[in-house]
Amino acid sequence: MKWEQYPEERVFAALRSVLSAKGLVTDAEIFETIAVTERASPEQGARMVAKAWVDPDYRALLLRDGTRAAELLNITMRGAPPLGVAENTPDVHHLVVCTLCSCYPRAVLGYPPFWYKSVAYRARAVRDPRGVLAEWGTVLPESTRIRVVDSTADYRWMVLPLRPANTEGWSEERLAKLVRATDMIGVTVPKVP
Amino acid sequence: MPTLEPGAKVRVRLDWPEARGPAHIRTPHYVRGREGTLVRSLGEFRNPEDLAFARPAPVLPLYHVLFSAKDLWPDTRPEHDVLVELYGSWLEAL
Amino acid sequence: MPSDSIPRPRAHHDLGGVERFLCERIDLSPHTLSDFDREVDALRQVLGQKGIMSVDELRRGIEAIPEEDYLRLGYYQRWLRSIVSTLLGKGIISEAELLAALEAA
Repeated sequence: MKWEQYPEERVFAALRSVLSAKGLVTDAEIFETIAVTERASPEQGARMVAKAWVDPDYRALLLRDGTRAAELLNITMRGAPPLGVAENTPDVHHLVVCTLCSCYPRAVLGYPPFWYKSVAYRARAVRDPRGVLAEWGTVLPESTRIRVVDSTADYRWMVLPLRPANTEGWSEERLAKLVRATDMIGVTVPKVP
Repeated sequence: MPTLEPGAKVRVRLDWPEARGPAHIRTPHYVRGREGTLVRSLGEFRNPEDLAFARPAPVLPLYHVLFSAKDLWPDTRPEHDVLVELYGSWLEAL
Repeated sequence: MPSDSIPRPRAHHDLGGVERFLCERIDLSPHTLSDFDREVDALRQVLGQKGIMSVDELRRGIEAIPEEDYLRLGYYQRWLRSIVSTLLGKGIISEAELLAALEAA
């Protein structure tokens, strides 16, 4: 019987025992890595967005060098690919996809969601972005041009969404609570509940 | 490989290395042979086509190139744009 | 206007704009990651940090999965396939060692 014919969980357990016996990878290293990985979440990206909404200097830095802007808020970027940030305006709306695999700004948004990795999203986003947005109930004005960002290479991309109306005077903390992972990929836009 | 500046009109090489044997290509099929506009330089990175085979990988310039969806799929309606990261080795200046 | 009579022998993972999937709904239901998913993800990171296997090699291995399996397998099942194939291909582990561990379990 070939290894591909065994259930995946058993193959994985066998692989780990072989790697462990060779002194290459231990279970402790795997669990430590999971713990570090799980520190990244959409709340991190949301903090960056909220700060950019209230602080013009930070916004400029975010658009120039997303990695440094993340580090300024104590988000760990060491070992992560460079972060680029695409700014939405009333005229241009960005939508991020990875048609070749599933590149996602994990350092600031956490694990990619299931839909982002799906064949349907990867095939449709570049060709029919308005149809894709409609699946989330997102409808943009006809005058807004959509720019789809296909994340094909060494950068990872997140969207700086438009600040919603009627949030004048809100604190960064309160603004950050409005921002979801889907807003920072561009399938939705932040709204005041 | 020429250094390309923002605003340059470029064409993506129409080439299918994956049809000739094992390959790992980061240039999506839908932009090959198409014309776009170089938007910005993104720096230099080692060629993933070699990294994928654990071969020595030369450094290549990486660019952001903007395409009109109508130039990729003529039936696109309404019009939108697609922005793609592409290595200099895949681009020719027009 | 570009001519679409150009043959486009795309690889099956190269999915942007592919007709066959344009009418497929996007599955928005919540999917939580399993322990298996998180652990495979972490193993790939550790292998990368130690210079044993790069993310580019992971991708190449995923792309080498035949289309039928690529579309059938779960996301991290594809990763595991690629990790095992890559480590076997580089001689980091041998098939005999892997099969012995599978039988011992």
